[in-house]
This record gives sequence, C-alpha cells and structure tokens, in this order.
Amino acid sequence: MIRLAVETPLGGLCVSHGDLTLAELPAIRLTWLAPWPGEARAMSHALQAAHGVHFPEPGETLENGSTRILWAGRAQALLAGPAPATELAHHGAVVDQTEGWAGLRLEGAGAAQVLARLCPLDLRGKAFPPGRTARSLLGHMNAQITAVDGGLELMVMRSMAGTAAAEIEEAMRSVAARG
Amino acid sequence: MLIPCPLCGPRDLREFSPRGAAVTLERPDAEALPEEWHAYLHLRDNPAGATRELWWHGAGCGAWLIVERNTVTHEVIGVSLVTGEPEQ
Ligand SMILES: [Zn+2]
Repeated sequence: MIRLAVETPLGGLCVSHGDLTLAELPAIRLTWLAPWPGEARAMSHALQAAHGVHFPEPGETLENGSTRILWAGRAQALLAGPAPATELAHHGAVVDQTEGWAGLRLEGAGAAQVLARLCPLDLRGKAFPPGRTARSLLGHMNAQITAVDGGLELMVMRSMAGTAAAEIEEAMRSVAARG
Repeated sequence: MLIPCPLCGPRDLREFSPRGAAVTLERPDAEALPEEWHAYLHLRDNPAGATRELWWHGAGCGAWLIVERNTVTHEVIGVSLVTGEPEQ
C-alpha cells in the first residue's frame, strides 16, 4: 500500500540570515474552540479534566506536557497537540483547523527587531515574554504571534504561508545587513 | 492613534476598522413607525467633539467595540465590548 507523507505548507523551510533563523514548525494537530454563550466556565472545566489546561485568559498560553493551548481572540482558543476530548463539544464549537494554518519559528537575538518591520506590537522580551500570545498583523496578514523560549512563533492562514515566509525573510535580510 | 481594546490592550489603529456611529446598536423594532425608522436611518448627528462609535478589532481579537472618542482632539475617552445584549 502506498502511504502518502504529510506535507507541511512550506515543505519544511529553514533559512538563516546572520544569527537569525526562520524555520517552519512541524505539523501539529490544531483544534479551534469557541464556547457557546454562558458555557465558558464549563468548557474550561472540561479542558482541565481532559487535557490539564484551563481555557486561556486574553493573551495567555498554557502547556501541559505535549499539550498547548493558545488564546485566539474573544472567547476563542486553539488547542495544539492532542485529539480534543469529546466532552468539549458539549460546551461549544470544536473545529479541526490542523490544515488551516502554517507555523513558523523565528530565532536569534534580533527576532523582535525583524518583526518590528512587519507587526505593530512590541515583541521584545520585556514587553512580550514567553507564555504570551497575541492576535495581530504580520504585514497585511492576520497572525497569531506567540513568545517562546529563544524566539517567536508565528501562525498565519495556510494560504498566506508563502507570503509570510517571503516577507519575514526580507525583513531578516534587512536586519542582518545592518550588522 | 491607539485604541485600548479591553481584551488586547492598547493597539495600533491599523488593526481596527471603523464601523460608524454606535446608533446602529439601537435599531428600531421591525414594527416601529416609519418616523422612527426615518430618524434612525437619516437623522444622524455629526458632532465636533465627543462621539460614540463602533470599531471592529478584526486584526486582533475579533471583538466589536464601542469607542467613545473626541473627534477634535483624537482623545479616546472610553472603550467597551459590545455584549450582544440590547442597549438600555
Ligand atoms: Zn482586541
């Protein structure tokens, strides 16, 4: 039997300019969660029981082993890693978005400087430490931006993957050229 | 201009879309008199000073916001989430 390999939107892209590195994140299961009105607390309890994380507060990310959850907008979150517990669907919308996103990780001392050319947020470590996430703009693209140890993770709609990578690389080249 | 989103904190103008005067939250009932619909649709204020507007944080949290701001000074006086409940 032929087994087809999973292809990520950027085919495993990994580029470096100066001490900056941009790498595509490995494919990971993503589930979008949106509690029904009045069900936020119940969904949070169900998440805690099944996955060991509560529903994140605005701008918060939580981790439990290989499970992560990211705040993703008003009354919305993205569960990354596990298959969602069936219980969650009793309290809100539960939608598989694994194939809908492209993920990138930018590392290096100047990572925040690179994104300052594309994003209106202050992403320096002091203002945006690991554990924080935000919905904002990357150029003209809506993006989910998350601070992690040693860098920043960026998620954009899968259809925007190529544009996001090209724009970030362009900014990396400019920052690296300044030395 | 920065708009302090109640969920996201102060954010740059380019993340928001202005959606007009907040009077659209006080839409008349379907059975309302034509005079009421006429007033709602056509008789709008255009103040130089404090206004109450709807802004959509589309490139952020996706929330609709009621933004009170001064059109003369650009000062943002207050921001709150649209709750979906009828305004009192
Ligand atoms: Zn917001």
